[in-house]
Amino acid sequence: MKEIYDILQNIVGPDYISDAQEEKYIYSMDPGTMPACEPDIVIMPGSTEAVQKILQTANRYAVPVVPLGAGLVLSGLSRALKGGIIVDMKRMNRILEINEMSRYAVVEAGTSQGMLQAHLRRHFPKLKHSAPDAPPAATVAGNVCIHGSGHMSHAGGFHSDMLNGLEVVLPTGEIVRLGSCATSPYWFAKAPLPDLSGLFLGWSGTTGIITKLAIKLYPNYPINDVGVFVCEDAALMPDILYQITGTQVAEDVTAWMTPKPDWAAGFLHCNVNYGARTKNELIWKRNLIRSAVETYIDAKTGGFLPLPGMMKQRFLEVPARQLSLFADVRKGGGFEYVGAIMPVELFPQAYDLGLDIAKKLGVSYSMGCRIIGVNHSMMFFYAYAFNRADPADVARAQGALEETNKNVLALGGIPWKAEAPAQKEILRKMDPNMVDMMGRVRSILDPNHIMNPGNWEDDR
Amino acid sequence: MKYAEILHRCFRCGYCKLPGNYIDFNCPAYAAFRFESYSPGGRMWLLRAWLDEKIKPSRRFQEILFSCTACGNCVEQCALTKIKDELLLAFTAGKETLVVEGNVPPPVRDCLTKLQNYGNPYGFARKKRSAWVMDTPIETYTDQEFLFFPGDVGAFDSRGQELTRSVAMLLRRLGVSFGILGNREVSDGNETNAMGESDLFALLAMDNIRTFNELNINKIITLSPHGFNALKNDYPKLGGAYQVFHYTQVLAAHTGKLPFKNHPPEIQVTYHDPCYLGRHNGEYGSARKILASLPGVEVREMGRSMQNALCCGGGGGNVFTDIIGNGPESPARNRVTEALETGAHTLAVSCPTCAVMLGDAVKSARLDDRIQVKEISELIHHCLK
Repeated sequence: MKEIYDILQNIVGPDYISDAQEEKYIYSMDPGTMPACEPDIVIMPGSTEAVQKILQTANRYAVPVVPLGAGLVLSGLSRALKGGIIVDMKRMNRILEINEMSRYAVVEAGTSQGMLQAHLRRHFPKLKHSAPDAPPAATVAGNVCIHGSGHMSHAGGFHSDMLNGLEVVLPTGEIVRLGSCATSPYWFAKAPLPDLSGLFLGWSGTTGIITKLAIKLYPNYPINDVGVFVCEDAALMPDILYQITGTQVAEDVTAWMTPKPDWAAGFLHCNVNYGARTKNELIWKRNLIRSAVETYIDAKTGGFLPLPGMMKQRFLEVPARQLSLFADVRKGGGFEYVGAIMPVELFPQAYDLGLDIAKKLGVSYSMGCRIIGVNHSMMFFYAYAFNRADPADVARAQGALEETNKNVLALGGIPWKAEAPAQKEILRKMDPNMVDMMGRVRSILDPNHIMNPGNWEDDR
Repeated sequence: MKYAEILHRCFRCGYCKLPGNYIDFNCPAYAAFRFESYSPGGRMWLLRAWLDEKIKPSRRFQEILFSCTACGNCVEQCALTKIKDELLLAFTAGKETLVVEGNVPPPVRDCLTKLQNYGNPYGFARKKRSAWVMDTPIETYTDQEFLFFPGDVGAFDSRGQELTRSVAMLLRRLGVSFGILGNREVSDGNETNAMGESDLFALLAMDNIRTFNELNINKIITLSPHGFNALKNDYPKLGGAYQVFHYTQVLAAHTGKLPFKNHPPEIQVTYHDPCYLGRHNGEYGSARKILASLPGVEVREMGRSMQNALCCGGGGGNVFTDIIGNGPESPARNRVTEALETGAHTLAVSCPTCAVMLGDAVKSARLDDRIQVKEISELIHHCLK
């Protein structure tokens, strides 16, 4: 490893590489429950060419490589399961282009959600991107890679659906452009070319390293509002969500269920965020959303919650800072969640599943979902807080997560950004021909199996 | 270690690395080094790992802790409301434990030794503390209304001395009644405290407090926001309670009395908030009030200002120990670049440490022909008839 370290040091310089105990420790885990796995080296490239040289070196020596954004995935996907080199991409955080007319942004892979959001606010206030609920330090690329979702997902789908193009470095060192940017100076779409971007989305960094990407931007309305529809019967939620999303005037539709605070216990809340250019347009949208669920209001089976100003502001904040507070529920700096991608009609069963697991394991819960597209699917989450200073409590949360993953699969959903053990559960349930194809694709792209080994590995 | 019970409660969500508007990294050490280990969350987890004997107190570990400039951005931005106020205290407690064990980087050791032996971090003889007075008519304190307290950088650093003279002469012109301690002054101890040497801080502070009390001093004007912080917030805990003012607060109350030029050439100025005036003490208005009153001065705010201001990198003793370094990604270089982006040609400061750090950054980046670092009173002098 000393020889490799010296080669890598020549690529990035001595300030941006480390094999010190401090970096090995900090980069061995993320804030979730997965156990620590130490890398041998942490490196921070500053350019695509540096990434290329790093991968060429790793490939020559058959050393594992793990790409890392902000390390906020929580499910341990950027741990060095088999040692090797962690490539921290955050030095590559330049915003390369904002195309105002075609509404897209081209950024380097280490660009954070917060920096892009701030850049747009300062220089292109009529535009915004779909920010996830992750903290602003999370990277744009990381969230796209994991099929993340965010505050424009009702309008635009998964963040991977909002991708216009990629620049990637293959494990063997080739730099490849995918999407319109492969053929044109513009990064306007993936169409009409064969779409190879999927080779790098949802693969947990096992096929290459993304160095640049273009994502869609959306109108940033000057006036924004949120309505919170409440009901007590989970069986009604699929239709409520269907009716609301059917209006297609909202930007983001999310649901949340939690036993705390007391006033929220037992209720199912549906947040509908929308914006407008004028007050009249906002009122028109509000009325349209209200009319979509009028039958429930008339039947007194649901209604809109009166929102105090402070609470409305919190619901409009992007990203919502208070979400991080869940990590302090058990005064232990930890939470992790299963985000299950599933059809919306499974909402009632998904909800009951969460209640059952919380009761059975005696864990505190927070559940909710984000609607993806026009009710095309949802990301249903089950979040469990834990105290990282208490191994028994960490194990309890791990148990809850494992049980949730298994039950979600049994329901017909699929765990999102699944931990390595959950990936194996998914692979067991997956069409064998797809499993086989994944292996073949991976072998072609990564003949020495250097990319994030231990992830998406078929035991069979 | 004090505050050990909060270390594991950090989720490492990363709000602490950014300003409130997210426009760039705002933790000086993280922005300079970029490894997660240098971020506030990284420090929290490393301290926990060290206490759990998972890592050793290596030189790198020491440097990670002592590269913290105590700027307070992490406290300002931390999302965990129940522990945020204790973040810096935990980092200082970690440094304190290293100090007690003798595990500190050599520049920190040397700095603390000089403070112990000479009462200042430069290792100059105590009698040189009043050298800044030169041939000015500044008087020693007898029974004036105020004591003027320059602090270490203002007394010993050549650029700091220029600031001290400038402020002192302006106070005289405004008719403020003040005197100085001269060679009886010792370090205010703010940086000693931030470096975790709490016992030495108490010794230094008590030395000053004894002198203040002996001379019946009630009102103190400090040049340095660092001194302002120590005298205002820490000295009372040791029995030394005084009315403490930063000089910009005094100037802001008096600028109406000054005869300014009628039509001076216009200049564009951007103001850098010092951490110990801003985030630590909530004082954002006085310097801006002064700048707004100056004829021909157009103030342009940087993207990171007030609570979101980027530290110059000099706090936590770094102005003396230079652990954070002065390379291209250093906080001071970063700040100068941000100042230039406003279109301003003058970067205004109200802290001798900031003046030294940012002035050096301008020189090392060879930007002298594009931007100048000027202290507030220097700008006032420039506008006077």
